[in-house]
Amino acid sequence: MTAITDRQKLQYIAAQAADARVNVELETEGMTLNIGPQHPATHGTLRIVARLDGEQVIAAEPIPGYMHRGYEKLTEVRTYAQVTALVNRIDWLGSFANEVPFILAAEQLMGVEAPPRAQWIRTLLFEMARISNLILFLGDMAVQLGAVTPAFFAFRDREYVLDQIERVTGGRFHPNFDRIGGLKDDLPQGWLADTKATMDKVRSFCDEIEELLMGAEIFQARTRGVGVIPPDVAQQYGLSGANARASGIDWDLRRDQPNGMVYPELDWKVWTHPDGDSFARFWVRLQETREAASIVEQCCDGVPGGPIMAKVPRIIKVPAGEAYVSTENPLGEMGYYVVSKGDLTPFRVKIRSASFNNVSIAPWILRGVYVPDIITILASLYFILGDIDR
Amino acid sequence: MGLGLVESGKMPKPLTKLLSLSRKYSIWVYQWGLACCAIEMGAAFASPRYDVMRLGVIPLPASPRQADLVVISGTVTDKMAPAILRLYEQMPDPKYVISMGSCANCGGPYWDSYSVTKGIDQILPVDVYVPGCPPRPEALLEGVVLLQERIQSEDMAERWRGAPIIVE
Repeated sequence: MTAITDRQKLQYIAAQAADARVNVELETEGMTLNIGPQHPATHGTLRIVARLDGEQVIAAEPIPGYMHRGYEKLTEVRTYAQVTALVNRIDWLGSFANEVPFILAAEQLMGVEAPPRAQWIRTLLFEMARISNLILFLGDMAVQLGAVTPAFFAFRDREYVLDQIERVTGGRFHPNFDRIGGLKDDLPQGWLADTKATMDKVRSFCDEIEELLMGAEIFQARTRGVGVIPPDVAQQYGLSGANARASGIDWDLRRDQPNGMVYPELDWKVWTHPDGDSFARFWVRLQETREAASIVEQCCDGVPGGPIMAKVPRIIKVPAGEAYVSTENPLGEMGYYVVSKGDLTPFRVKIRSASFNNVSIAPWILRGVYVPDIITILASLYFILGDIDR
Repeated sequence: MGLGLVESGKMPKPLTKLLSLSRKYSIWVYQWGLACCAIEMGAAFASPRYDVMRLGVIPLPASPRQADLVVISGTVTDKMAPAILRLYEQMPDPKYVISMGSCANCGGPYWDSYSVTKGIDQILPVDVYVPGCPPRPEALLEGVVLLQERIQSEDMAERWRGAPIIVE
C-alpha cells in the first residue's frame, strides 16, 4: 500500500469539489442526433439515431430498411439460373462470393459436384472478390478518420483486380459467372500469369497502407481501445468473419467447413487478434488481404486441367428438399437456406448475410462512446447496406 | 441587370454564353451513393484512372445546398424516396439530375419487387439517364460530358422543355 500524503488528500478533495461544481454548471440536456439515411461517408443508406449526453452516446439504434429490395421474395419467381444474377447485388463489393453458396446449395440438392478445375477457379475468383472487397475497406477506413489519400490508392489498385475479373467473367463487379455444376466459361489465355502479376500490386498496396496508417499516431489514437468487443459478446451477437476473428475467436468457415472449395489443399493461415478493438479489426482485414493474395497465387499455380462443367440438364429442375450452405464471404458467414419443391424456381430462400448480424451489435457497442467514434466504429465493423437489408 | 433577365431569357447573347461556359465548367456534384452504382461512381469520381475533376466537375460539396448536380446512383426504395425528394428540393436552381444505373432509371433487376421505386423520374425530373447494371465509370463520364454540352447551349427560358438525354 502506498502512503497518501496530506497534500495528495487535499488535491483529491479540491478535485472532487471542482467536479461537483462543473457538473452543476454544465448540466447537459439530452439531445437526439440523427445520422443518415444518406451520409457521404457511406455507400449505402444506414440511419443511426443516437441519444446524446454532451458528446457521449447514451443509446444508439440503427434503422435499416432503406435498401430493402425484397430478395427473398424475388427468388421465388426467378429460375435457378436467374437467381445468381440477382444475388450478385447483395454484397456489391465482393459479388462473386455471393453466388457461390447459393450454387453450392443447389448442387447439394441436385447431387451434382463441379469438376476439380471448376472448383479451383471458383476458389480463385472467390478470393479475388475478397481482395476487391477488402481493398476498399482498407481505403475507406482512413476516409472515416479524415485521411482521404488511402482511398485514392485503394481505388487505383482495385482497378487492377477488377480488370482481371472482367477479363474472365465479362463484368467488372457483377460477374454472374457461376453455374450449377461448374462455371460459364474457361479462363482466357495468359490470364493466370497476369493475375499473379496483379497480386504483386495488391501486396505492395497492403505494404503501402501499412506504412501510411498502422504506425501513424493519429490512427492509433483513434482506433486502439475504441469499440472493444469481447469474444463472448461477439458470439452472443452472432458476429462472424473478420469481426469475430479480431475478437480472438479462431473461426473461419474456409478452414472449418470447406464444402465444394479447395482450401484444404492450399497453404494459408487464419489470422486472429486478441484485442477486439477497431485497430484489431483493421489489422485482421489487412492480413487477410495478404493471405488472399497468396491463396490466389497458389490457385494460379495449382489449377488442374479438365472440363469446366459437370453434366447437368439444360433446363434445371432441382429435386424437392432443403439445404443450407454457408461460406466465409469477405464480410463474414453468408449462407443460403434453399427449399425446393421440384420446380423451376426455389420455393423459399432464406439468406443469412453477415452484415445484418455484424451491425446488430451497434446499440451495444455505441453505448458510451464519443460522437466522432461512432463513424470509426461503424466503419471498422464494415457492413454493406445491400448485405444488411437485402 | 438583375436575375430576372436571366430567367426570362432576355440576357444579351454574349453574356449568356459566358454564364453558360462558367456554369458548365464548375459543376458541383452531390454524390448520392445508394447501392452498387455508388462504387462505380466512386471509381469515376475518386480514382486516378477516371478522375472526373479534369472535366471541371467537383465531387465534394458539403451539402446539397451547394450542389448543382446530383447523381442518383443505385436502387431507390419506397422508404428512401421521400428523403431523396427532400434533398433534391434543398438544391438551388438551376439544378440537374443524372440517374445512374438501371435501378434508378426503371427499377432494373428489381422490376417486380414490392419495395423498389421503379424509376426515380416518378418523383423528380431527370436530365441524363445512364443505363447499365452498373454502368461503367466511362459511361457516367459521358453522361457528365453530354450534360455539359446541354448546359453550354441552354436557353434558360426553355430549360424545362428539353427531352432528357440517354447515354447509348
